[in-house]
Formats: sequence, C-alpha cells, structure tokens
Amino acid sequence: MADCQETLQELERFLDSELPPGRSEQILSHLKVCSDCQGAFEFHAELRIAIRTKATSDELPEGFLDRLKSCFGDEILGQDASA
Amino acid sequence: MAQIIGRETFTVDAMQYAPQLFSTALRMTRNRADAEDLMQETFTKAWRAFDSYQQGTNLRAWLFRILTNTYINKYNSQMRKPIETELDEVEELYLFKRLGAFDQSQLSQSAEDQMLEMFTDDEVKNAIEELPETFRIPLLMSDLEGFSYKEIAEILDVPIGTVMSRLHRGRKAMQKMLYEYAKERGLVNESLLGPQDE
Repeated sequence: MADCQETLQELERFLDSELPPGRSEQILSHLKVCSDCQGAFEFHAELRIAIRTKATSDELPEGFLDRLKSCFGDEILGQDASA
Repeated sequence: MAQIIGRETFTVDAMQYAPQLFSTALRMTRNRADAEDLMQETFTKAWRAFDSYQQGTNLRAWLFRILTNTYINKYNSQMRKPIETELDEVEELYLFKRLGAFDQSQLSQSAEDQMLEMFTDDEVKNAIEELPETFRIPLLMSDLEGFSYKEIAEILDVPIGTVMSRLHRGRKAMQKMLYEYAKERGLVNESLLGPQDE
C-alpha cells in the first residue's frame, strides 16, 4: 500500500487513467483507509468535471452549423463520380 | 463488430460533435472568428480524408486530432519546439489547500453544487485562455478532449515527460487563477484559513 505522500504524487496520473493496473490498486487501497487523501482525490475529480463542463458551454454562432455542413463538399462527390 | 459508415452517416455523426469541437477551437484560438475558420478547415479536411478514416475507430477522437493538428500547423508552429514558457511555480494542491477560505454562507449545501458555484463558466474559460500556449494546448487535449499522454506526445511531437510536466504546471497555474477570480468575486475570506503553520 502507498503512503500519503506517494498517493498524492500519483493523483494526476490516477485521474488521467495513466497508472499501471497494479499501481492504481495500491492507490485505491490507500484511499479506502485515508479520508484526507480520499478528499483530495474526490475534489480534483469533481474539479475536472466542472472544468470540462464549464469550458465547453459556448453558444454556436448563428448559422454556424449550416456553414459547417457546406464543408462537406461537392468536389469529393465529383471525384467519386469520376472514379 | 466495427460498424461500416458511409459519407452520409459520417456527416450526421460529425455534426453531433460540432459544439464540443467548437468550444475547444474557441479555447485554442481565443476568438470566435478564428475558431469558426478553424472548424471549417477541420471539417473540410475530415471530409477529404474520409477515405483514410479507419472504420471502427473513434470518430470523436479522429475529429479532435484533425482539429488540433490543424490549429498547430496553422496558428502555432512554436508548439512543437521545446521552449518552456515562463509560468510561475505554484504550490501543490493549491486550490484544495484553500477550500477552507471559501465563504460557506454564499455556497449551496451539496458539495457537487458548491463546485459549480465556486467558479463561473467565464472564469474557467478565462483561466484556460490565460495559460501560455505550450501549457494550454496539452491541457485542452487532456482535460477537454480526453487524449492520453502518449497521444498528446505524438500529436505535439514532444516526449511524454514533457506532456506530463506541462499538464501538471498548467493545471496548477489554472487553479491559482480560479482562486484569484473567486477572491475578486468576494467568495473568499482568507482569515478563515487560520494560521498556515501546522
């Protein structure tokens, strides 16, 4: 089992799902018995979600989707036809 | 079993990711006109490259990859160079250590709602956009787009260790900015933190 210092050092790699399986289990078993570290992990997990939600709340410009659709263009269809 | 999709299905599926892609494009370019240009270029390239799209691979990831590559090639050739932009060192767990300073009387009871109230949408967007580009792009690729360290390293053509260090420093800098914004909004009372000498 990892201690507090080791656990907190792995916080980001854990939340990024970048730890090897064995290591994740060591971290998880520490979190089960350490409410301080568990609190830190939960906070950062929630912060991650809040950031993703808030950073992706943008209204699309008017007519944007129509302009975007026109990028799916004729030239390829022409090529397909001639192929 | 991998689903074979034709161009028509592709256009419908790709359009459904347009809002997410547009938000990321906005955080990259930091203005709506350039973000719209970037999106149009991305979708045009995706359409042309459709024949090379590997059926069964994740369409969302494929589009984000084109978006990010297009941005890097078009707006920022510096990204792949190993220059480390100045970014102040920020204490580990910066925000978590200051949670006690948030004025509870101004926040909801539930922890989940609190997190959403501590920072406004605009504050989060500003904090990301204030980050120097070498830190902002990896952060967008990881926290918004969901790419792995390895994928980010490949797209940016930098070592994985560089990706990890930029993510770590960028995230800490962002936490500090979010805390400063909350302070400006009157949500923070630093006297609640008590002595810092434990």
